[in-house]
Formats: sequence, structure tokens, C-alpha cells
Amino acid sequence: MQYEATIGLETHVMQKTNTKMFCACKYEYGAEPNTHVCPVCLGYPGALPVMNEKAIELCCKAGLLLGCEINPYSKWDRKNYFYPDMAKNYQITQADQPLCLGGQLTVDVDGEMKTFTIERIHQEENAAKNTHVAGASLVDYNRAGTALMEIVSNPCMHSAEDALAYMTAVKQIMQYGGISNCDQEKGQMRSDVNVSVRPVGQKELGAKVEIKNMNSFAFIKEAIEYEIDRQTALLESGGTVDQETRGYDPDRGETFTQRTKENAHDYRYFPEPDLMPVKIPAEQIEQWRSELPELPAQRRVRYVQELGLPEYDAGVLTADMATSDWFEQAMRHTKNAKAVSNFIMGEMMRLLSEQNCSISESNVTPEKLAGIVALIDAKTISTGAGKQVFEIIFNDGGDPKAIVEERGMAQVSDDSALEGWADEAIANNPKPVEEYKAGNPASINFLMGQVMKASRGKANPGAVMQMLKQKLDR
Amino acid sequence: MSEANEGMDVGYVAKLANIDLTTEETALFQGQLNQVLHYVEQLNELDVGGVEPTAHAFPVYNVLRKDEVGTSLNHADVVANAPAATDGEIRVPKILDQ
Amino acid sequence: MADLHKLTIYELSEKLAAGACTSVDIVNDVLASIDATDGKVGAYLTIDRASALEQAKVADALRAEGSTLPMLGIPVAIKDLLNVKGQPCTCSSKILEGYTAPYDATVIAKLREAGTVLLGRVNMDEFAMGSSTENAALGKTSNPWNLKHVPGGSSGGSAACVAADEAIAALGSDTGGSIRQPAAFCGCVGVKPTYGRVSRYGLTAFASSLDQIGPISKTVKDSALLLEVLCGHDKMDSSSIDMDVPAFGKSLTADTSLAGIKLGLPKEYFVEGMDPEVEKTVRDAVDHCKSLGAEIVDVSLPHSKYAIAVYYIIATAEASANLARFDGIRYGLRVDGKDPIELYGKTRAVGFGSEVKRRIILGTYVLSSGYYDAYYLKAQKVRTLIRNDFTAAFKQCDAILAPVTPTPAYKLGEKTDDPLKMYLDDILTTPVNLAGNCALSLPCGFSSSGLPIGLQIIGDSFAEETILKIGHAYEQTTEWHTRKPEIS
Ligand SMILES: [Zn+2]
Repeated sequence: MQYEATIGLETHVMQKTNTKMFCACKYEYGAEPNTHVCPVCLGYPGALPVMNEKAIELCCKAGLLLGCEINPYSKWDRKNYFYPDMAKNYQITQADQPLCLGGQLTVDVDGEMKTFTIERIHQEENAAKNTHVAGASLVDYNRAGTALMEIVSNPCMHSAEDALAYMTAVKQIMQYGGISNCDQEKGQMRSDVNVSVRPVGQKELGAKVEIKNMNSFAFIKEAIEYEIDRQTALLESGGTVDQETRGYDPDRGETFTQRTKENAHDYRYFPEPDLMPVKIPAEQIEQWRSELPELPAQRRVRYVQELGLPEYDAGVLTADMATSDWFEQAMRHTKNAKAVSNFIMGEMMRLLSEQNCSISESNVTPEKLAGIVALIDAKTISTGAGKQVFEIIFNDGGDPKAIVEERGMAQVSDDSALEGWADEAIANNPKPVEEYKAGNPASINFLMGQVMKASRGKANPGAVMQMLKQKLDR
Repeated sequence: MSEANEGMDVGYVAKLANIDLTTEETALFQGQLNQVLHYVEQLNELDVGGVEPTAHAFPVYNVLRKDEVGTSLNHADVVANAPAATDGEIRVPKILDQ
Repeated sequence: MADLHKLTIYELSEKLAAGACTSVDIVNDVLASIDATDGKVGAYLTIDRASALEQAKVADALRAEGSTLPMLGIPVAIKDLLNVKGQPCTCSSKILEGYTAPYDATVIAKLREAGTVLLGRVNMDEFAMGSSTENAALGKTSNPWNLKHVPGGSSGGSAACVAADEAIAALGSDTGGSIRQPAAFCGCVGVKPTYGRVSRYGLTAFASSLDQIGPISKTVKDSALLLEVLCGHDKMDSSSIDMDVPAFGKSLTADTSLAGIKLGLPKEYFVEGMDPEVEKTVRDAVDHCKSLGAEIVDVSLPHSKYAIAVYYIIATAEASANLARFDGIRYGLRVDGKDPIELYGKTRAVGFGSEVKRRIILGTYVLSSGYYDAYYLKAQKVRTLIRNDFTAAFKQCDAILAPVTPTPAYKLGEKTDDPLKMYLDDILTTPVNLAGNCALSLPCGFSSSGLPIGLQIIGDSFAEETILKIGHAYEQTTEWHTRKPEIS
């Protein structure tokens, strides 16, 4: 029998707000433990939550970017469970009326365009951070109550590759949209993965296994693959899969049981009496929509259609937001998109990876690259010289024009200088001259090379070619 | 509300609420709370079809706060209130995986 | 001792303004009164003597500089579930042992801004769960009118200390009658403001959608003044209503006519099993209002009889979540365990009293999987019907008159073994909390055994001015409020 896997993702994304979801404490990664805490986020007696308007805006914008409907009426609920990282022992979240409903995302999975659907996005608050020491655990509440939204996909994926492509796209969109930095190392993007397996052709989904709280894409991929294999093997051997919550142990490359169905939490959701509902008018949604940045997919199309770049270039440039933004900035200073693209994909990416730094740290600014391209386009320097200038600036900084002048890198187009080198090449190389005259036009290239060599690369190749042809065709 | 007739399992619910009860307490509460549940069954007399639930006495909407940093608590006060702390963090018995 | 402790806020303010006494004099008198009687009454949990005298000195200095703050130099007691910066806040529970509040509740900040002297914290039923102040882990409080009787609850300490002249006024909180019932039992005036009028920030929550803070005082006018200080929009409480606060105190004049005012009399509030003395006293009070010019009309609040059932579902459900934070992790009592779950179970077993445990368990149950619709959702719908009753009634009248309690204060220990019986006593006060509107309790007579009986004046939402006006007119033309208990 053939089996197929079905995968759904619950992706938690920490929003880029200054303060926490329901109190004015600052969100700052890496601060001294328990220094950004107050009665609200510590769950002290008498403290009350108040909504952060920026978080609501960012959650709705995330929804708009992912094609969701913004719910005109949404409300808050308490989700009850005891855990030391949850100060009130209930989490404020949205159960039946989330901020965003529906949505979809079309992504390229190994060359095939697939559309994955999103059920909802709801706003909630983050938990504190636990660290484990000998015989005890330590809790730092700095992260407690920070703005966290949960993007819930439908069970619409069927492989680890699908899930990875989906998460990569979500991450890219959240970064483009300024919703979140999605820094997985800092726990800003974590996912719960639901995996089930059923015989092909069976209508109902198989028993759902939830793998909780993973931040590394690599581990998520491993966990999904392991889980599909485990469940398939169980079914093939005539066994049944238990609905349960599992964890992933990356060291062993295995998932393990954390909580069985019988021990599942009873969250006892009920409407949060301390918070009022949210009503979002249509004008507000349109305002937010007008503020949305262009998404990678839209940029790709524009790069091809309006800037005339090849599909390949457009894909590389938009793969991450920093690169794409850098390209956009360079394009404010030049019209030669292809030249800028070639430099970014070539010199820039090579040097960045050699020196392990990011494009924003590069000495070559968008404006300077535009300057180099302008010098090439004006034929002041050759493309080769341009690459040298790029590398010089990348390593030591400096201004393109000044470097060309200081180092005498400008091309020579002056006839008198060229004539001397051309005559010399013709005189010293009778054989290629004869071949050319006998009807082999390629032989002129050798002479051309000799001139360039004599000029130490500074001769303008077009001018040299014209001069040689003039002399030989006479 | 027919389930109420069976009464609640006080022991189970106390576990959900994370309160350890003695055997005597469990028995006492079992009787008392079944009485209360029996009393609230009178709500079954009412037809509430089409009635909207009230969650807030005076619902207002969009009570929002600007995303501006305010004052946090003095770290020393936070630690002083904690029954146990180590290096500025609140110490608890080892947390097992959820 | 100049008997300053026996006076009202207005009387003392006049003396202070005239230079006839100082705030330090008042505080000294009140402290002496506490020393003389609190051994019997047991209202106070903590008396902040040094701090109170210090605040009084500051108030006197401010007055010398010309300050006319509304509560300047007046000593007030605080129900021990309000956070006062640097002070404990026990909620009469063992579970908050060792907790020091790091912030002021909004109402405390407002009292300070108005020049009030904070005397100390008074007893209550643990986490405001109870009607007799017998569910208190840290001490028992008696009714000053008869020490063998309960003061009512949960704000029993607040009402007892005012009745015993151990404070000029006090703050209480009312979730299902917890201000009005002890005020009635102790012969004081108490106001349950409209939900959203007074910020709940810093009030340890029992049932968030029902809780309101309000004054307990010796006269209606004092309550009006205190209410004016407490009210107002607070950005820290999302349920706080952004609305102008009327000058409640100034609006009360010497005019005692109730001409043009329609008072509703709900037949459902003269319940079966009601003490005949209470019924007669309240009916006499109704007649008195009529004699002042009011028109009495019959109104009906048919769903009020379901209020107890609805209340004990909604309040306990909210409480089950609100009290989950008392877990021994970040503050308060901790009984250690091998893992957090064991720690929670043990800490909460030792830290909470029986009534709190019972209510948390009930509230947990009504929210649990499979029961939510049958209990919680249904209760929320009946809550709507109860609100609708009031909306309809207030189309026929300006305010509603009713008893506060079915009986006067009962004996200590009389009902502690029967929670349901105790719950049923809240039948006349809980409907107002569920509907969210306001109500006032004031003395309207005494039982043959000398215990106070209260009259409840229920107003529409945000109609505090109306009920204060009616209460003031009644008080100006009767003498019940001037009687003092002989504490022995
Ligand atoms: Zn905070």
C-alpha cells in the first residue's frame, strides 16, 4: 500500500515592537535577566493588560501580506495551563475570533509552484525563558508577555520540502514586511509541526502527531522526515499511530513522546474579561494595505518586466531582503540594472562570503557601485578595471573616480597613443597580419591583445579595434 | 446540563486546578459542590436560544496603548519578592519537558 | 481625646479648614480609638502608625501652604486586596505571605493625590470570597453592633472599622455585594459604582467582569466625596470608561425633596424567607421616600432569581483563572516540591482556605472540556437577560428601592458549614454586579435586637448622582446614620 503524509504548521513569530504585548516593558534580547519586567508581565496581583497598538497593526499587516481577510471583530481569550514560564498561569490569546482569517502563499518547491493555505493568524503573548541548571530551573521573565503571533497553516503540505519552502517564504515575507526579524537563533520564529500519515486514497486524515517548539529549519526537516518514516512503518506493520505530542531530539535524530492524548491539556478557554474586543474598520485596513512593502514575488516580476533582468538574476537578488533593498538603492543612482546585478551576483557575493560579512556592512555602498557602473558605461574604464575598483573599495574604501585617477586606470582612447601601439603590433607580427589579409578576420584579435598588453590594459578596446581595422583594411 | 446530575469528580478537577486536597476535603467538597451544581441547574428552566452572551458589562472597543517604553520594576524588588532566586533569575524545581 | 474619630469627612474638613484641629490630631484620635476597640472588633490586619502620622504632618503642612485638596488630612482604611507600594497585600490569605506590593493601585494613587492619610489595611474574606469575613486566614472580625455577629463580607473589616469609628471612611470592593452587605450589617453607607467607573488596576482580582472598588463611610455625602476622588478614566485598566466624573459631593444640597423622582419597587426583591423586620423596615423606608415627594411604581426584575446561579458560575470561572497566578513561583508562599507541579499542588493546598479552594474547583469545572456551554456560556446568556430586566425597569423609574440582605447580621459561625446557604444570601446584591449598574446601601433602621438594617438604592448605569441624591435626602430626614454602637 502507498502512504501519504499530511503536514500543517503553527508558526510563532515574534513581532518587531518596542514594548511587550500588554505592558510597557521593553523587549530587548540579551538584557540582564528580569530587568524588563513589571506587575503585568510578572502576573502580580492586581495588574491588568492593555493592548499594544503596534502589535495589532503588525499582525494585521502580516495577514495582508499573506492574503488573509482582516477580521472586522476580534476578541481575546484566556488559555489556562500551569507552567513556570507563564506568569499568570494563563496565556492571553485569541481562540474563536482571531485578527486574521484565511490566506495563501504560492512558493517554488524544487521548481514546482505550489499554493499552501493559511487558516488564521492570531495574536498572543510570549512565555518567559527557562534555563536548566543542576537540580533546578531558572526563569527570566524579560521575554514574558512579548508580542507573539501564531500563523496557522491548513494541513496542506505533504513533505519536508513543502514545509521548508513554506517556512522560508513566511520568513522572507515577515522580514520584507518589517513584521519580524525572524531571527531563529533568538527564538523569534518557532514552529509546531503536525504530521499525519494515511493510505493514499483514504479520505480522513491519519492520527495527528504534534512536534512542538522547533526553531531550526534543519531540525524541522529532520523531524518531519523521521516522523513520516516512523508513522509509515507503524502503519505498514499493521500498527496504529497514537495521537500525541512529541519532541525532537536533534542529537539522536529522533522524535519522542512528550504527552499522550489521555494527558492532553484541558485549556479551559474563556473570554478574557480584562481586555475589550478589537474592531477594525475597512478604512484602517485600506490604510495599512497602502503602507505594505512590495513582496519578493512582486519585486521579481518587476525586475524582469521593467528592468529587463533575466529571471535568474531577479530570483537571486530578491532571495533576501537586505540584498534586494541594496539593489533598489543602487538603482536610484543608475539605469544599468544588468551591470548592477552582475556586480552583486559576482564580486559582491564572492567577497561577502570570503569575508563572512553582510551586504549592509560592505564598504561598497549602492551609490559607489552606481559610480563604478557609470565609469564603465562612459568607457572611462574597462569592465575588468571596474572589478578591480570594486575590490579595492570593498577592502579599503574610497571613491571610484578618485581611485581610477590615482591609479591611472582610465582607458586610453587618444589616437596618437593608440597609433604607436598599433603600428608596433603590426610591425612585430607579420604572420597574423598576413592571415587577416588572406581572409581570416579572427586573426585581428591577436593584434588587439598585443595592443592591450602594450597599454597595460588601459587602451579602449573599441578604439583599438577601429584603428587596427583602418590600418589593415587600407 | 444533564452532565451535572452525575456530579463532578472533585479529585480530578482539583488536579486541573493544581490544588492537593486531603481525602476529607475531597469528600466534603464533593458533597457541597454537588449541592451547588444541583442548585444552578435551575438555569435549565430558561430558553436562552437567540440570547447573546454578556462577557463585558460595558463593552468598548480598541482600548489601545502606544508602543512606547515605560518604567519596569526595580530588579532588586522582583528578586526580593521571589521565594527563591539565583543570579537574578527566579529559581524553581527542575522543569520537566512540557 | 476630642472625639474627632466620631466625625465625618465633611465635619472634619470644616474643622481643619477653620484651624480647629489638625490632621495629626485626627490621626491620633483615630489611633486611640483603634487601640481602645480593635481588640474587640478585629477590623485591622496592619496599622501603619508611623506612616499615618507622617502623612498627617505632610497634610497639615500642605494646608498651611493653602492646599484645599478634597481629602486633605482625612484618615482612611484600605481593604487588604489593594496594592499599596512598599506594603504587604495579603488578601487575608496565607498564600501572599511575604509579598510586598511594588506599586500603588490607581485608587491608592488617587487617594494620595487627594491628600488622604492611609491608616492601614483591614480584614476581609480571603480573596473577597465570602459574605461574613469568616473566610479569613489572618484573624476574625466582629460586628461592632454585636460582637457575636458577623460584620458581613467580604469588605467586613472596612465596614466594621468605619462603624466602630476606627477610621473616618474606608475602601472596599464589591463583586457580588461585598460593599453593600457589610455596610448594611454594620450600619454604614457603601457604594458599588457602575462597572468601569473606578479603575481596577491594583485591585487583586476576584471576578474581573464584576469587581468594582467603592467607598464605605458614615454618611452618603462622605461616600459621594470619596467616590468623586476614586472615579475617572485609567489607561491601565481597559475596562475603565472614559467619561467625565460629576462633582458627586457638591451635587448634594440641603434640598430633601424627591418630587418628580420615580422609585421602582421590584416584587421579586421581597423574597421568600426574608426576615419580617427587614421587610417592614425597608417598606417603611419606601414610605418615607414617598413622603419626601417620590412616586413609587411597581417594577419587575423577573430574572433576578437566577442571579445566584449565574453569579456563582461566572465569578468562580473568572476566579479560577485569576487565582492561578498564586503558585509559589514569583512571590508569596512556596511549599517546595520535586517539580513545579508538585510545588503548585502543595503551595496552593497550604496557601488557600477552604472557601477559596471550593470556588476555584467549581470555576475550573464549569470551564472544563465538555461543560463550558452547559454552564459558562449559558450563565453569560442569562446574564444578558438580567441586564435586560434592569434596562426595562429603568425605562419606568429613576431608581429602584430594595433590601440589601434578607436578614440582619447573623451570628459568627452560623453559616460556615453550609456554603450554598451562605451563597443564597447574596440574592439581592448580585444582580447589580451582573448587570454592571450602580447601587448604594444606607442604614434605614434597626432590628429589635439592635442590629442595623440597610436600604438598597439601585441606579441605572452611570446614574450615581441620582442614587446619591435620593440617599442623601433620606439620610437628611432620618436619624439612623447618627446612631453609634456601644462596643462591649
Ligand atoms: Zn511588563
